[in-house]
Amino acid sequence: MEMDLLQRFEAYIASDKKIEPKDWMPDAYRKTLIRQISQHAHSEIVGMLPEGNWISRAPSLKRKAILMAKVQDEAGHGLYLYSACETLGVQRDDTIADLHSGKAKYSSIFNYPTLNWADIGAIGWLVDGAAIMNQVPLCKCSYGPYARAMVRVCKEESFHQRQGFQIMMTMAGGTEDQKAMAQDALNRWWWPSLMMFGPPDDDSPNSAQSMAWNIKRFSNDELREKFVDLTVPQADLLGLTIPDPDLKWNEETGHYEFGEIDWSEFKRVVSGHGPCNKERIETRRTAWDNGEWVRDAANAHAEKRAARRAAADTAAA
Amino acid sequence: MPTRKSAPPAALRPTPPPPNPEPVDKKNWPLWEIFIRSRQGLSHRHVGSLHAADAEMAVENARDVYTRRQEGASIWVVPANAITASSPDEKDVLFDPADDKVYRHPTFYDLPDEVKHM
Amino acid sequence: MDARFDYLLRLGDDALILGQQLGLWTGHGPALEEDIALTNIGLDQIGQARAWLTLAGRIEGQGRDEDRLAYFRDQAEFRNALLCERPNGHFGDTIVRQFLFDTYAVGLHEGLSRSSDPEIAAIARKSAKESAYHLRHSRAWMVRLGDGTEESHAKVQQSLDDLLPYVGDLFHSDEATQNAAVEGWGVDPAELREGWEARFNEMLDESGLTCPESVPEQTGGRVGRHTEQLSFLLAEMQVLPRTYPDAQW
Repeated sequence: MEMDLLQRFEAYIASDKKIEPKDWMPDAYRKTLIRQISQHAHSEIVGMLPEGNWISRAPSLKRKAILMAKVQDEAGHGLYLYSACETLGVQRDDTIADLHSGKAKYSSIFNYPTLNWADIGAIGWLVDGAAIMNQVPLCKCSYGPYARAMVRVCKEESFHQRQGFQIMMTMAGGTEDQKAMAQDALNRWWWPSLMMFGPPDDDSPNSAQSMAWNIKRFSNDELREKFVDLTVPQADLLGLTIPDPDLKWNEETGHYEFGEIDWSEFKRVVSGHGPCNKERIETRRTAWDNGEWVRDAANAHAEKRAARRAAADTAAA
Repeated sequence: MPTRKSAPPAALRPTPPPPNPEPVDKKNWPLWEIFIRSRQGLSHRHVGSLHAADAEMAVENARDVYTRRQEGASIWVVPANAITASSPDEKDVLFDPADDKVYRHPTFYDLPDEVKHM
Repeated sequence: MDARFDYLLRLGDDALILGQQLGLWTGHGPALEEDIALTNIGLDQIGQARAWLTLAGRIEGQGRDEDRLAYFRDQAEFRNALLCERPNGHFGDTIVRQFLFDTYAVGLHEGLSRSSDPEIAAIARKSAKESAYHLRHSRAWMVRLGDGTEESHAKVQQSLDDLLPYVGDLFHSDEATQNAAVEGWGVDPAELREGWEARFNEMLDESGLTCPESVPEQTGGRVGRHTEQLSFLLAEMQVLPRTYPDAQW
């Protein structure tokens, strides 16, 4: 029986059909999805914080409105993803508790600080750019609710990278101070952005299975290479220098060659010792704890109101 | 400053709220499925879900979460636990019998080229 | 100062200061859904601020645009009501501040949408829809928090007691506002008070919250006499354009 189910599941995946919540799926598939989708959701929510820092200091009202809308979109994306995760049988509040306890991971890029206004540009341009590259293939992933959530996310995400690049253009073409801020931002965000694609293929234990399941469609190194190829000419256009002395075009391969990524830094940040890990989680936890009385009040009111209504119905009958 | 006027107690307010789904447990806000009819759309379409303490809040949250880009003209919210879905095991039984009814589709019928619109 | 310019600054500054404060909630709301809702309201406020300040700058005729007015005035030149600059506090404080303002704004925008000045009327008509939604949101939360748990009731009652003294400032009436009403392009806020009280009392009925017998009033925002909070708020908001006055953003 189990064999039949597994065969049917695999045949389904092979024919590029979507797996839906009530369909039978192997436990490992379910677990992989829960881990990946919840990590993705947490990344959106934690990712609101470094940019959110600058909402109050946005240098024009138009930029303020754009940034608020963008950070708000990320809350929405987190919400879509938590919902997708819930279709696999886990509750959102439990998933969030795992984030707060440190059990669950999120993209380590958000453990870096935002130090000047150009960081908001660099995040949109590089971090969202890398995220889009990771996410577009997920719109076709085998799990229906995840794929549908990603379609929505990608559609909304498209303005994020553009607004970031536009900030970079303005800064790079601005005063000497602004140019310096833009270069400083690129210097600090470049390498962490490359790390966003995950460890190199020969050190990425779960990749093969995820590719077999059509959860993942391209390898980490393939996506990273594509990102570098697309981004280097954009940096040239901005007149900024990518902080990598080994970066050069390879005529034969048709790709850029780039320097060694410091994977020890990646591991350090992932394991909780990046510049902002502690304060990011602390901020999320504080917001959640401070909101508890509010969530409880809403529940209590809903129950009281339902009870009052039932009582009124009984009295009328 | 405003003065307190006499009015019926809150319990006797006239507008009866829609029914609330059972909260899963005390801490969680219940889950709602959201259906939006778009400005061009003909019927409400499922767009996703969200959490809300009551139906009213679910409508407002749906407006804020799922219509930020002019997507909406009408919102339905349904408690997630009120939905009964067909079972995936019955997929064959339910849907395969439609496969051989090709005569229900207009492309089944060959018409001479001279008939341009039908 | 031109009366219409001054009047529009009051409208724009209320929206700006509220929007600035609501923006601080983004990422810190009590639930994801509410985070998104508060940001939406903040975005509406920033949008209104931009429209009013742009119009104010044009009427003044000194070449000041929305950003010049938002970022290069000092606290004594701001004309927002004191209520708007009260700190975010906890969620209940923010909701009460918003509710007290929304109950005023719906009447204001409704009145201004009949302004003899077509530009004022156009901005007001758009704002009226937004403030009606804001009121729906803040009112629903007043009721939830007031009716919810013992803790939420006590908290939001305290917020109400703390913020009610700042309500009077919203209805500040002077020669400028009275002239605006007589000339037909503006509304005298004093005339909005009755409608405000009706909406306020409705909320009290539903939430079980109470209004103290007498409330001492704090005023001064409309003539530029602010609380300590405002200059901190402006220091943060204005830091970049003030530090790099030659830069374009």
